[in-house]
Parts: sequence; C-alpha cells; structure tokens
Amino acid sequence: MSIIETRDLVRDFKKTRALDRMTFSVEAGEAVGYIGANGAGKSTTIKMLTGILKPTSGHVRTCGLDPMRQRVEVARRIGVVFGQRSQLWWDLPLRDSFAILGAVHRMDETATRARTDLLVEQLEMGPQLGTAVRSLSLGQRMRAEIAAALLHSPELLILDEPTIGLDVLSKQRLREFLVAERQEQGTTLLLTTHDMGDIERLCDRVLVVDHGRLAFDGTLTGLAGTVGAQRILVIDLAQPTPDLADVPGATLVESESDGLRQRLSFDAEATTVAAVLAHVSSRHEVRDLTIEEPDIEDVVRRIYAASGRG
Amino acid sequence: MAETTLSQRLRPYRVLLASRARAQMQYRASFVTDILGTVGVGLAEFAEVWVIFHNVDVLGGLDFTAALLVFALSNLAFSLADMFVGHLDQLPRYIRAGQVDAFYVRPLPLLAQLMTSDLSLRRVGRLSVALVALGVALTTADIAWSPATVALIVLTVVSGTAIFSALFTAAGGLQFFLVDGAEFTNAFTYGGSYAAQQSQQVFPDPLRIFWTFVVPTAFVAYIPAVAILGLDDPLAPSWLAWLTPVAGLLAWGIAATCWRLGTRHYQGAGG
Repeated sequence: MSIIETRDLVRDFKKTRALDRMTFSVEAGEAVGYIGANGAGKSTTIKMLTGILKPTSGHVRTCGLDPMRQRVEVARRIGVVFGQRSQLWWDLPLRDSFAILGAVHRMDETATRARTDLLVEQLEMGPQLGTAVRSLSLGQRMRAEIAAALLHSPELLILDEPTIGLDVLSKQRLREFLVAERQEQGTTLLLTTHDMGDIERLCDRVLVVDHGRLAFDGTLTGLAGTVGAQRILVIDLAQPTPDLADVPGATLVESESDGLRQRLSFDAEATTVAAVLAHVSSRHEVRDLTIEEPDIEDVVRRIYAASGRG
Repeated sequence: MAETTLSQRLRPYRVLLASRARAQMQYRASFVTDILGTVGVGLAEFAEVWVIFHNVDVLGGLDFTAALLVFALSNLAFSLADMFVGHLDQLPRYIRAGQVDAFYVRPLPLLAQLMTSDLSLRRVGRLSVALVALGVALTTADIAWSPATVALIVLTVVSGTAIFSALFTAAGGLQFFLVDGAEFTNAFTYGGSYAAQQSQQVFPDPLRIFWTFVVPTAFVAYIPAVAILGLDDPLAPSWLAWLTPVAGLLAWGIAATCWRLGTRHYQGAGG
C-alpha cells in the first residue's frame, strides 16, 4: 500500500509556482530522503502531506487519506518533526510533554508510560526527563522531539531537517536510533535534509526536487553515479609528500603546499576511509584528516546541470 | 456510559489545561505579582465608575448601584473570556513560534487546541474584583428577587462570556490575514469590553446600534441590568434581556466564519 501518494500536485503562492505537477509515491516501510535547495518545494510538499496547506490543484493522499478533509485522522497516523520548531512544552519538565501528548493521542496512561519508557531508554534520555524542555541542549531536544513524534507509534514519520545544527555525536546517535526503530517497527520514513550523511545512513531512496519539480527519483548510489558526487578525504601530512597517486579505490583530486595537504576522492562502494587511511599512513606520517561529504547543494546543482537546467 | 465517553473525549483538553496551570505555578513569585497586577487593572476600571458617580448622581439613566451592576457583569464576563481564550488574539505570536504548525499535526481541532494552549490564571485578579463588585451591587440595589432574576443573572454571565469569547475568536481568525493586526482587533475586544460597561444611553444612536447588533456587547451587561433592576429604557425592554443567548449565538456564528476563513488562508510558518 502507498503511504504517500501525490499526483500532479501543484501549489502556487501568488504568482510563483512553489510545486509543479509533483508526482511520486512512497510505499509502506520505505525510507525516503527528500532533498533540494532551499525554496525548491520541500516544505511546501510536507505542509500539503500533513494538511497544513491546501493544494492549488492535483491529488495528495497520506496513509490513504485526504489531508485537507481528514487532517485529524492523518495526524493520528503520522508523526512529524519540524527541525526548527518544537512540539514540546518548553516551560515544563520533559516527562510532562510525553504525558500530554499521550492524552492528546487518546492513549491510556499505562500505554503512554510504557511507550515513553521504551523510547526514553532507546534514546538514552532518562537523566533529562525531569529537566524543563527549555533547558535541554539542541541534541537532547531533537531526540526528545523524535521520541514525541513516535509516541503514538505512527505508520509514517516525517522529519524536516532533523539534524540541522547538531554536533557529530548527536547526529550519529539520532541516526542509529532511527535505523533501529525502523528495523523493529517498520515505520515509513520521509526525511528532508541538507546533510548527505543522513541520506547515506538512513535512506534507501532519494527524491530530488528542483524548482518545484521532481528532478531525480532513485537510490543514493544511482544519484552519486549520475552526478559523480563522491566523498573527499582531506589528509594533512607531516612532511611535504609526492602526490598520493597509487591509493587503491581513491583518486587524487588536489595537492596543496608541496603535498602537505592532499585531497583524495573515493568511492564508498569500493573502499572505506579506514582502508585509505591505513594505506597512506603505512607510507607517510599523517597529522590530521577530515572527510568532506558531498554537499547536497552541490549534488543538486550537478543534477540541474546534468538535466540541462542549471 | 455517556458520561464516561464525554469525560474521555474531554480528557486531552483537561490534561492540556492542567499543564498550563502547572507551568504558571512554577514561578510562584511572578504568578502572585501577575495576580496583583490584574487586581490593579480591575480596581482602575472600577475607579473610573467611582469618580464619575462622585460627581454626578445619575448618568445615562443609571445611579451608582446600577452602574456598579453593569460594571460587575461586564467585567465578570470579560475576565472569564479573557482567562480562557484571551490569548487567541496573540495568534501571530503562535504563528511565528511555529506553534500553529504543531497544532496541525495533532489529532484535535485547531481552535480547541489554541483555546486550551493557555489559561491565564493571573486574570483571577480582575475576576475577583468583578465578583466583589457584583456581590455589592446585588445586595445594595433594590431588586425584586425571584427565581427568574437568578436565572437571568446566570444566563447573562454565561452569554456575556460567550460573547466576549466570540470576539476574541473572531479577532484570532482575522489575525491570520492581518498578522500584525492586533491593534485593529483590539478595537473590538477591548473596545467592546469598554463599551459593555457603559450605560448604553450615553451613546449616540449609531454607536448604540453598533454595540447592540454588530458587536453585541450591550447584551453583556447593560440590557440585562436594566431588566434585573426594573429600570425604564424604551430601547431596552426587559424581554430583550432574555435574548442574550441569541446575541451570543450570532456572535459565535460570525466568530466561526472568521476562524474558518483564517485557517483556510493559513500557509504555515516559513521555512
């Protein structure tokens, strides 16, 4: 069954067309990344899926329901996290937000408590339960938002920029939790993000939206293959070093300062960071390294260029 | 059985309101000063009535006790409505905070969520001033008590609260369009509250018609007070006092329309 279905979905704001004949569907259990530049139409789509915004024309179904006419029923069956906006009660201890949301979703108190305990344990949020929401760090609040959205065990979880502003460790914990949650519950996931790491670790399918139109629909590998977007390993070496041209699975992109800093692109399918690093450090002294993820904006730009639009 | 289902249906709202009350109690000192503040507002409003009747015996057909009854009824209704739904005219603040989008993704009606998203307990200050004034007015005035009088008083308070709540709701609905239009809608909410505590006889006819049929605040206090006290105003016959619920319903009709137009116009917070 399709959890999300749009056909020729159009939304105009005054004279501009924010979404132009968008057609796609998401099956139950899928994990889909929805990416595009700012203003490409991502938020507009989500607002129409959740019943916040009325389509100008076209067809949209969420969990088989019309979000405009059956908003309340849709709300019962989906969980939504808007990364920039909170759905928690900022002036009360975190545990109160779960109790209130349980009541809002008409769960009885025992069920609410059991589900809260489970989510809190999985997200390691026990110590924060008594803390007022406004005093939580961004990473803690984001985990709380996701727990809140999952409290009523929705069929579909929509995350709008869930990792924006999070540090590396918080991002990683959040992703690990989402992977585990999906394995156990089979929750369908729709995710918008600017972070390629989110897509890589969470999504088996990517939709790219450009100027309100669907520019790409396929796997991440397919996307990277289409546009040649690869991760870049930046290696700082202790001494000026000749070009690292012979690393298996990696290609030298650039060498700076007489080879003190070298940038290698590598294909995540063919090798790993660890293998590349091991190869280099067996020959030279490595001082530091960073990984540059392919920037979503960059990937999208390449797609535009490939389709002859950019 | 029907009772348990009703109580179950209302449980989300009970929990939401209780959480709002709890949040306010967490800052006890500021809560107490807030209450003192609204007592001050109530007393200041009362001072105006007192100053006027210190200088004249009768104004607009009302003596001091009658004016006190009008003052008490209108303030009681206004502070009750303000306590429960007074935050509706702050809708732009909710929109900017992204709060309204969060309401959309919860399985409850929007208006019900917005209404229960705040409960201004500090308004009990003004409410208690109104209650004391009502007690004084009802004991000192010359009233021919009967079950009908009691019923009329209760009906007036309920309908008056409904009328002011409708004004706040209509103001909220219009804020979807106006975004920073609180100044405009205040003319109807706070302006209506001011008009409700006056003898309607002081207004020129066009204004009187406006406050009776367009924004029906004359029904909140003046028209019922005339009936309760058995006064003589050809434009406010005592049977009219029993029509306050009709005024309340009409006000709610307009409020619901404003609200529906507003939510349809809504496009979500940016980003």
